[in-house]
Amino acid sequence: MTGLLGKKIGMTRVFSAKGRHIPVTVVELGPCQVTGLRTPERDGYFAVQLGFGFRRPKLINQPMTEHFKKLGVTASRWTREIRDMAPADVKVGEILHCDIFSVGDRVKVTATSKGRGFQGVMKRHGFSGSNASHGTHEFFRHGGAIGAHTYPGRVWKNLRMPGRMGAEQVTVRDLEVVRVDPDANLVMLKGSIPGPPGGFLIVRKG
Amino acid sequence: MHRILNWTQDKLRADLPDFKAGDTVNVSVRVIEGDKERLQAFQGVVIQRRGGGMDETFTVRKVSMGVGVERIFPLQSPNIAAIEVLRRGEVRRARLTYLRSRKGKAARIREKTTPRESESGTLVEKAVSKD
Repeated sequence: MTGLLGKKIGMTRVFSAKGRHIPVTVVELGPCQVTGLRTPERDGYFAVQLGFGFRRPKLINQPMTEHFKKLGVTASRWTREIRDMAPADVKVGEILHCDIFSVGDRVKVTATSKGRGFQGVMKRHGFSGSNASHGTHEFFRHGGAIGAHTYPGRVWKNLRMPGRMGAEQVTVRDLEVVRVDPDANLVMLKGSIPGPPGGFLIVRKG
Repeated sequence: MHRILNWTQDKLRADLPDFKAGDTVNVSVRVIEGDKERLQAFQGVVIQRRGGGMDETFTVRKVSMGVGVERIFPLQSPNIAAIEVLRRGEVRRARLTYLRSRKGKAARIREKTTPRESESGTLVEKAVSKD
């Protein structure tokens, strides 16, 4: 499996030949430098570590600075491993561009969704709330009862309740590549992608 | 956002006329019926333009058999065969939603008077006095 790291830019639309709208997300994808390899002999699995984005050297911590220095690669803001991307095909220091994807490819995108803060059960879990009338008072968006009586005498684990929502890793699969522009390092993917514009993404094939 | 705009700039249509809210336009829409394609006209007053780049849309309002009809067109859609500006309207707002609550004489829009030639010879996009 191959993949690249990127950044969400925003959404727009394109038109098909028949005049139908295609909603697309514009993604800045790559260039990514190979900043490390994982091999079964040494690490027990195949993977390629990629680096993407610029960060001032002063702000990169000591261990990562040494890691980049040792391999002689440019220090980057984000590094992530892409599992099962055959290290035989790439060398450390090699730079990958978005042209490894072509129009019509299906990709999956992993990103951190927008944080929603502390939310109630209606927004967070899709509960239906209570009646707005028929005498209901001070109990409109509640989740109802959370347990029984003597048995079990406690609240079941994993019971859905209010709490922090969003800001979690989400993967969206089967997005179609609509346009690839290696000169601008930009790619258009059909549909929406988790996270805010400017958010970090991992785009993988398949 | 500006990167999207820059990137899609070359895809934008150059064949469309310049028009604003208040103008009366005739929009030719491509309609596909079965395997045949024909043009359908929609004539009315532009009551708003919104968005930018590929996402820009405009709303045309007309009164058809006493019923107000509004249609929102994506400006960049290939289904828009042509836009013809029939009349330039003199209006003070960008969105003419007030037209919805008016009918007949009250819903008229004053026509823009011909732009004057400035001293340098360029057209001045401003009507003469407003009385």
